Amino acid sequence: MPFQSVVLWTDWLVYLLVAVIAATMVYVRRREHLRAPWRRVAQSVSGMVGLTVLLAFVVAGLLDSVHFRPRLAGSEASAKAAYSIEVLSVLDLVLEPLRARREKTYSAPLATELYARETIELPDGSQVRGYPRLKYGGAQLKDPERERAADVWRAALGGAAAGAVIWLAFGLLIAAVVARGSGAHISQAWRRIWRAETDVPWHAILLTLLLFCALGGAAIALAANYHLFGTDKVGQDVLYQALKSIRTALVIGTLTTLVMLPFALALGIAAGYFGGWVDDAIQYVYTTLNSIPGVLLIAAAVLMMQVYIDGHPELFPTAADRADFRLLILCIILGVTSWTGLCRLLRGEALKLKELEYIQAAHAFGVRHHRIITRHILPNVMYIVLITVVMEFSGLVLAEAVLSYVGVGVDPSMNSFGTMINNARLEMAREPMVWWSLAAAFVFMVTLVLAANLFADAVRDAFDPRVRMINPLAAKARRREGLAKS
Amino acid sequence: MAPARAADGANVTAYIIRRLLYAVPILLGVNVITFALFFLVNTPDDIARMQLGVKRVTPEAITKWKQERGYDKPLLYNAGAAGAGKLTQTIFYEKSLRMFVFDFGRADDGRDIAREIRLRMGPSLAVAVPAFFVGLLVYITFALGFAFFRATYVDFWGVVMCVAAMSISSMFYIIGGQYLIGKLWHLVPISGFSGGLDALRFIVLPAAIGVLGSFGASTRLYRTFFLEEIGKDYVRTARAKGLSEVTVLFRHVLKNAMIPILTGVVVAIPFLFIGGLITESFFGIPGLGSYTIDAINSQDFAVVRSMVFIGSLLYIAGLLLTDISYTLVDPRVRLT
Repeated sequence: MPFQSVVLWTDWLVYLLVAVIAATMVYVRRREHLRAPWRRVAQSVSGMVGLTVLLAFVVAGLLDSVHFRPRLAGSEASAKAAYSIEVLSVLDLVLEPLRARREKTYSAPLATELYARETIELPDGSQVRGYPRLKYGGAQLKDPERERAADVWRAALGGAAAGAVIWLAFGLLIAAVVARGSGAHISQAWRRIWRAETDVPWHAILLTLLLFCALGGAAIALAANYHLFGTDKVGQDVLYQALKSIRTALVIGTLTTLVMLPFALALGIAAGYFGGWVDDAIQYVYTTLNSIPGVLLIAAAVLMMQVYIDGHPELFPTAADRADFRLLILCIILGVTSWTGLCRLLRGEALKLKELEYIQAAHAFGVRHHRIITRHILPNVMYIVLITVVMEFSGLVLAEAVLSYVGVGVDPSMNSFGTMINNARLEMAREPMVWWSLAAAFVFMVTLVLAANLFADAVRDAFDPRVRMINPLAAKARRREGLAKS
Repeated sequence: MAPARAADGANVTAYIIRRLLYAVPILLGVNVITFALFFLVNTPDDIARMQLGVKRVTPEAITKWKQERGYDKPLLYNAGAAGAGKLTQTIFYEKSLRMFVFDFGRADDGRDIAREIRLRMGPSLAVAVPAFFVGLLVYITFALGFAFFRATYVDFWGVVMCVAAMSISSMFYIIGGQYLIGKLWHLVPISGFSGGLDALRFIVLPAAIGVLGSFGASTRLYRTFFLEEIGKDYVRTARAKGLSEVTVLFRHVLKNAMIPILTGVVVAIPFLFIGGLITESFFGIPGLGSYTIDAINSQDFAVVRSMVFIGSLLYIAGLLLTDISYTLVDPRVRLT
């Protein structure tokens, strides 16, 4: 299929983020002292389970960050190719069946009939009031009332079984890697994994993967013939919306901190390191920003940016560009409001570090300020940055939903958990209730945020020296070790 | 003791006055930021055009719109006016600086914003204040409980529960609570508000959900505060004296952990305001939160601007209260 590739603003930043993470991984791999805390993260059961789930979300988000405009059918003959106004992503290609199969309006999960009663014309010309059959959901069934339950179970179990087979392949791959690392036979490695004798908790990771593969397999098998989470008001598949929302959530959660990180780092360290009027000025700036309640600042800024976007349509060729610009603005403004906390922490740390002897010694040797900052201070505050970034992620994902509800979040045309909840809320009063959009948003959001929370805790426990001292379970283990030694 | 007390009192007064003076440049900064956001990013003409519908707007309609709202003056410097009017007959003076004397002007529907704010403060406080105090009590109780049972399964599952609870968006608590208690069990009305004692029926659910909504995060945070204190030497000394664990927890740990708790609590006051925003709009409470949301939805910039100013004012008051509350809890802290 001929296409014109489109790289949105947030796409660029996502690619940049991936590049930064890859470069960091290479850098850390070569340095033992940097690897040590990451090894502690890798040994944490909850952290690795969280990471496994997060990675699944990240794959969906990355696929959704490669955009293009397909060429319009029929325009091949003309000299100048015309491209569709609609911007699609690779994820859309994968989910093409879900995206294309639109029903007329609401339908319940796994339903074969519409949610609303309508006048149906029978073949003999008479009319009855009833629930019309869906165009796609369960269309292969002749007598849905009798066949549906059996068909659903068959598809779900078949899908889960196929998922389990794929999982087995994963498991063998991991066992092979473990075997290579320890020099043991693959069956031996398999046994060691399940006895939890490996350093990295592979058994927990494998169990998570099993759950994921089985559920995913069942979901794929069901989604082939049904609308797994039902359809929304305009008949769009809710599962598709939820999967598309992942990118929005990830972009907000990560780019917000990425966008503001340079400012927070530069200002925070400068305030702590130089002190004096620099410190006063920077403190004034962040106290002022901090004193505006975040949601109001965001509301004001997003409203004004919307006026700007509406006033300059020539800058945004497609609706996707417009929505993407608003997403970027939202990230920047969220960054402005969440940046002050990190800045204050960095200032405090820089204040503490600059009094240490090795930095005094560097001064005495006549090392320049910027060199002291980049060589001696920056590496020693990076753990604060890392902890803040991972801890803030889940809060930002939750904040997006609230902001979209208030009406100052992402563009209403953009899929996000917030817009899903917002649209679903209006249907709460219906009888019977339209609950499936809410349920889908709930399941996806809780999974993502919970995984992020677990991973963030593992990272904090590994990197923050203060936490390890007060963790009672660790203290108990230390005591036990101490007793065993004495 | 008495003279020292008096000196303390004078100190505190001087301190408060100094802090209030310190607040002036910050509020001025807030003012400049909002002014830049509302009038420099887009000119009043842009806003008028958008409010009146982007297409087919006559210049006369824009002029009329600006005149009605007082946006037809220069932004910063009015060369046409005489004397002090050069500075006072400008948008910056009339729309931004006048807020310092609580003159917020009129909303788009013609009502006086200051009067609306006075009227709506009551319902807002009626929900937020009980939620705030009950919440504090609940979180501290549970956190102290987990700290008491530390390194046991009670503690472990308590923390698991907290992490799960904080992974759920507050909107789901609201929707779930409205559905279960309001719609299914018919215990309290789903939304609305009324004055007097009758208000209680409308307050219970939003307040309870407010408490539940931040249960996970707060309880877990307070638990770490308690554990941090428990690890300190003076606690070991207290145990060595033969005090029971309960006495140690209540008399020593709780008191000392109040300092970090207070810091967080008072800093959280502006965030309470945010929580109020969605809670009030979901429950139809005619408070400041729903006022703000309505203003955002109808793009009533005068109201949003006023709320930004009020919000900052509250935040600065919160910081001042934090400092004063330190002296009450911790006798070592002196305000200088």
